[in-house]
Amino acid sequence: MSEVVISARSVSKIFGSGADKVTALDAVSVDIFQNEFFTMLGPSGCGKTTLLRLIGGFEEASSGKILLEGNELNDLPPYKRPINTVFQSYALFPHLTVRQNITFGLEMQGIDRAKANHRADEMLELVRLAQYGDRVPSQLSGGQQQRIALARALAPAPKVLLLDEPLSALDLKLRKEMQVELKRLQTETGITFVFVTHDQEEALAMSDRIAVMQFGKIQQIGAPREIYDEPTDRFVADFIGDSNFLPGNLVAAANGKHALTLANQHVIELPSVRSGQKTGDVTISIRPERLGLVAENLADQTHLMGSVKSVIYFGTDTTYEIDLGNDQTVKVRTQNGTGAMDDFGRGERVGVHVPADAIRVLVD
Amino acid sequence: MKVDVSNPLWRFRGITSTAMFFFAYLYLPIVILLALSFNENKLATIWTGFTTDWYVTALSNDDMLRAAKNSIIVAVSATILATIAATFAAMGMARGRFRGEVGVSAMLVLPLLVPEIVTAIATLLFFVALGIKLGLITVIIAHTVFCIPFAYLPIRARLEGMDPALAEAANDLYANEWQAFRRVTMPLLWPGILSGAMLSFIISLDDFVISYFVGGAGATTLPIYIFGMIRIGITPEVNAVSAMMLIVSIVFVSVSFLIDRIRY
Repeated sequence: MSEVVISARSVSKIFGSGADKVTALDAVSVDIFQNEFFTMLGPSGCGKTTLLRLIGGFEEASSGKILLEGNELNDLPPYKRPINTVFQSYALFPHLTVRQNITFGLEMQGIDRAKANHRADEMLELVRLAQYGDRVPSQLSGGQQQRIALARALAPAPKVLLLDEPLSALDLKLRKEMQVELKRLQTETGITFVFVTHDQEEALAMSDRIAVMQFGKIQQIGAPREIYDEPTDRFVADFIGDSNFLPGNLVAAANGKHALTLANQHVIELPSVRSGQKTGDVTISIRPERLGLVAENLADQTHLMGSVKSVIYFGTDTTYEIDLGNDQTVKVRTQNGTGAMDDFGRGERVGVHVPADAIRVLVD
Repeated sequence: MKVDVSNPLWRFRGITSTAMFFFAYLYLPIVILLALSFNENKLATIWTGFTTDWYVTALSNDDMLRAAKNSIIVAVSATILATIAATFAAMGMARGRFRGEVGVSAMLVLPLLVPEIVTAIATLLFFVALGIKLGLITVIIAHTVFCIPFAYLPIRARLEGMDPALAEAANDLYANEWQAFRRVTMPLLWPGILSGAMLSFIISLDDFVISYFVGGAGATTLPIYIFGMIRIGITPEVNAVSAMMLIVSIVFVSVSFLIDRIRY
């Protein structure tokens, strides 16, 4: 395991007092490693930006500690932290040229002008805007301003780069481009990126690890695949990608396995569940793309029976909504063009194939 | 003038003549004053021929020059003091919400609304109660007070339009509070500060009521001097002095307006 760069130890942040008190962060602890692309993901108001601002020094923690390479940061103002930020609004200095923007941090660190200008040229090269040094920010497009903001923040070679929803102002196509760009910059510079977003796709595409946050707490932390395939609770399963939630009944079997009953009809044997998992009534989640459909005449006892409620065609795939009876529906997503599955029409009876390894029993 | 036909205002008949009438109402007296300042005749209202002699007379009048000098001393001092106070006030107010923010905000601009005569008498009583001798100093103090809101408003408007992340970005890039102010906030704020300062200067230069009350002997400012002159009668010399004041005012207000339009 590589070295810990940023470490938060039960950090809380409370805004206001008395009746207006808002707990933005509730005893959050997390370690962020060297050379990691770490993403804090969550809906607005979940505390992700507050945590970022605490690391940057723009807010003071109400309690707890923030450490940089083991040294406490709490009392240091932003200008004494070897951490730089890419702001949501970019915050480029409008009265300075692009080059002056990039050299600003270097000059403040006392680096002489010639060296600073040389570094600025390197940075412009890095963000592929080499010929834009003499322009002013207002002459640049949103995407270009974004790159300059990155160049400015990376120029002083910070130990950690904080990014506060930097892509949210860009249109979809540009955003996708910048996602690739950001990942490239992170790999090339080897600087730890701490990225804040509410966009789960963005988080999955770029991150080494994701912390999913809600109500000022980290709900789950892990690699994108872990977060996607093994969500621990309903919030995470719901926030990241699409999920089907079904009630089920879990019974421990003698052989160490568990038997799960779904939709009052169907028993699936689960080879393993989370240690300490309670039995009885539970909620399970299944990703729509992990489910399969077969025609009624091909279905057997291993299938959940239902009828097609709606069919939505998305080009690359088709989503079926299947009514299982008892007010339970599941979404099934099938890849188009594989020829593996027939088309099903509305009202048609079908069997839903539920692979045991696709089932996640959630913590309530 | 180019007329935008899509403007629904043009559908009203007589809009042009009505507008002309009101502009004449506003500006004709000033135009007449300017014209009469070039009148040869000693009686200000009877035109007999063109001359610039009255300007020469006015500019060689020692009392007038002394009054003008006093006015400039007062206006410059009040402007500097008011602008500094207003800049700090605006920055403090932009810093973030606090209890009583609305009240403080209202108090800052209240001098704009209080009848000037009330302020004048109150200030006079205040100086007398403290035993401060009336003179240029008391005029400067009183002018500073009523200039603050004029300087404050454009500066505040500038700050309001400024992304708070800019100062944070400067801090983030290793600039301490003072460096961030000098390198980022100040350069972005200066059009507002200058515009506010120029407005203050004109307001101070123009003031009559407060200067009249709190200025003692030897603190005669230009408006008070002009008032003294017209008690003897309106001469073309009064017109010439007024015209010169007018031109200074127009220049300052226009420059202030143009500076305020500077955008990055």
